[in-house]
Amino acid sequence: MQRVRFWGTRGSLPVALTTESVRAKLTTALRSARGMTFDSDEAIARYVEGLPFEIGGTFGGHTACVQIANGSSDYVICDLGSGLRPFGQAALARHGPGVPQTYHLFVSHLHWDHIMGLPFFGPAYIPGNRLVFYGAHRELEMALRRQMEPPSFPVNFSTFNASIEFVHLEPEMTHDVAGMQVTVKRQHHAGDSYGYRFERNGRAVVYSTDSEHTFEDPTESASFATFFRNADVVIFDAMYSLAEAISVKADWGHSSNIVGVELCQLAQARHLCLFHHEPALDDAALSKMLEETRRYEEITRIGDAVRVSAAYDGLELTL
Amino acid sequence: MDVITRHFGKVAVVAATGRVDQSSASALESALSPLWGNPDVASLVLDFSGIEYISSVGLRVLMIAARQMRGRRARIAVTGLQSVVAEIFAISRFNTVLEVFPTVRDALVALSPEAAAAYDAA
Repeated sequence: MQRVRFWGTRGSLPVALTTESVRAKLTTALRSARGMTFDSDEAIARYVEGLPFEIGGTFGGHTACVQIANGSSDYVICDLGSGLRPFGQAALARHGPGVPQTYHLFVSHLHWDHIMGLPFFGPAYIPGNRLVFYGAHRELEMALRRQMEPPSFPVNFSTFNASIEFVHLEPEMTHDVAGMQVTVKRQHHAGDSYGYRFERNGRAVVYSTDSEHTFEDPTESASFATFFRNADVVIFDAMYSLAEAISVKADWGHSSNIVGVELCQLAQARHLCLFHHEPALDDAALSKMLEETRRYEEITRIGDAVRVSAAYDGLELTL
Repeated sequence: MDVITRHFGKVAVVAATGRVDQSSASALESALSPLWGNPDVASLVLDFSGIEYISSVGLRVLMIAARQMRGRRARIAVTGLQSVVAEIFAISRFNTVLEVFPTVRDALVALSPEAAAAYDAA
């Protein structure tokens, strides 16, 4: 396991920056540059680089799609959200259409935001490529085919020219897949979702999204602590505040930054990466949540520090 | 965690000390559940001046208490948050779930003048 690259980090549905929000960022950046002079493009680039992320950047708007680079030439992807489209474009740009590739595609669950990118995944239409879909839902193939049937989509699943395989993964077991040990864990979400723990060469990445933690079962924390144990990074569904997650949005199947910190501390994980961002939250709100989560980790720390970050489209973590 | 309950008029004041976490949250729930189910308790004040830390499991107990009290149009407040606990309330957004007051007396004045008078006389 070498790197994790985020291609889509939003929950529920894709979002985009509006003209209003772009202008607000520009206004703030220009206001803070008042009185400065920039005598070269490099000086401008340095200034832009130094802006707070919520001003000089954006968390992006694609739905869930995460690439795990494990040292193999095969691609490993978690979820087929709208972020799968830019991933496919990048893969094609890198290799060209004439060089066949293998894509291992792990699906957490079948809700639309986690599969909507597949019809726009360029490599699926190119002969010679190999797509292997993994999941614990028996309806995986049906769900992927159905979203491309009329009247929902103009091109159906059979137009994929790549070779297609489906592999069912039994939950609560560890499987050898694509040179990794992959442990599958059932999670609390409407229709169930599944978390994946990927291990190779002593490194571990956990992908745990669309997972609600109610703690009504006292063994639940211990179970997830085992799943997250000593992970190099835990990609965690932190869609809501704790107050929302256990009140007005209880049973919506999502979790909070607070629970993410507590579980990672319990598991002695090294890095918590907040993921599946609420689409209603803008860059300022997400930056504030990240800052608060880091503070929460600091004031509740019980051992080694857990590094906390917030995923954004384009973020690359080196393990 | 230690819990002491006192009554002032129709307001129950629950003073808790220590940490509210996985191992102690059930003790807090046991102390609160007879109160949130008691129609003679019009308001519930949680004196947290002695609480050093509260985890998500403890906050869940407070959410249950808030739901139960609001379900019968009763009020619930928390007082005396230590700085770390106040931060936890802010980060978890529980400061939007419960009414927060600096002291028990401040809460009683807001909730029930009769209870505040009884508190002052005690």
